[in-house]
Amino acid sequence: MALELPENVVVSRLDELANWCRKNSLWPMPFATACCGIELMATGAAKHDLARFGAEVFRFSPRQCDLMIVAGRVAMKMLPVLQRIWLQMHEPKWCISMGACASTGGVFDTYAVVQGIDRFIPVDMYVPGCPPRPEQLIQAIIDLQDKIQREGTITGREFETRERQLRKRALVEAVGPLSLDAARNPVIQRELRFPRS
Amino acid sequence: MTTDQSSTADLLETLVARFPGLETSAYRGQTRVVVGEPASFEVLSFLAAAGFDLLVDVTCVDYLEYRGATRRYGLVYLLASTATPRRLTVRVFVDDPEPAVRSVVGVWRSADWLEREVWDMFGIRFVGHPDLRRLMMPEQFTAHPLRKDYPLQGRGERHNFPVLTREDG
Ligand code: SF4
Repeated sequence: MALELPENVVVSRLDELANWCRKNSLWPMPFATACCGIELMATGAAKHDLARFGAEVFRFSPRQCDLMIVAGRVAMKMLPVLQRIWLQMHEPKWCISMGACASTGGVFDTYAVVQGIDRFIPVDMYVPGCPPRPEQLIQAIIDLQDKIQREGTITGREFETRERQLRKRALVEAVGPLSLDAARNPVIQRELRFPRS
Repeated sequence: MTTDQSSTADLLETLVARFPGLETSAYRGQTRVVVGEPASFEVLSFLAAAGFDLLVDVTCVDYLEYRGATRRYGLVYLLASTATPRRLTVRVFVDDPEPAVRSVVGVWRSADWLEREVWDMFGIRFVGHPDLRRLMMPEQFTAHPLRKDYPLQGRGERHNFPVLTREDG
């Protein structure tokens, strides 16, 4: 006997359904430590209106958030705080590293500033710029929503395993601080040998 | 900046009479007094009693490898008087190892955090300070980063944290 579905019923996978719910109600945790934070506020404010993308509910309690937006440079005294807040957020959770400082330390190559938060916590999206414009942050959130829809699973299998992350990190350490001298910079050399199409 | 030249000159005269060997100089209406470390507390308390009731700032300059410098750390005390438009800069020089000077927290309460900052950044010990902890750097930090022999990028402190992966929560 053929099973007939009424017209108003759609069949999907549970994962897809969960992803659809999750991506459209991201609750950001604004970890705004510097000038990028101003752009983050502008993103949430009336002109750019993050509510159009379902991510306007900024909460200052990590227990209520699932998207950490690190906007600004993170001092070495701040990093333990950042890590603690990250640990306090509930799964599933994502992280956007906003701006040059959060992603790499930016111009602050000093003893006091952490050279990229991805050395110490997982990051899903990087937003370049100093500071990035609100449009760029919105683009990152849209991209993150795509990512969640495409790869999300209800059990969180998509999150990288420890081994994969450690392998990546070992690679970074093997390369070491990159030289601006093209002849001694393995990344530039690789680009020269295998140019991206 | 306008300062009351005549009363400052009077004050300097009394000061030099009281503490012989003080060096004074003036530049564009700003007066500077250089004090040897042992007498610094007496000179500063004398100035506080003479009307400088506001300690604006305490900071320090590291003269390591500075052209012509003979002593390493030059502490700077910026004093002001709230009743008259007078200002005065007091310099106190100290040297390695164990640079130390007597704390003036008992004279001006504002010296509390200022001295803690100088201790944190330059490692100058303020003897008699009630609570000489680091002000800016984390408590586990061991160096004094504004010293000229401390590398700008640090000695790896900024990389010295546990790495959190997804599986850590
Ligand atoms: S990236 Fe630029 S705007 Fe953003 S925190 Fe750093 S210095 Fe400020």
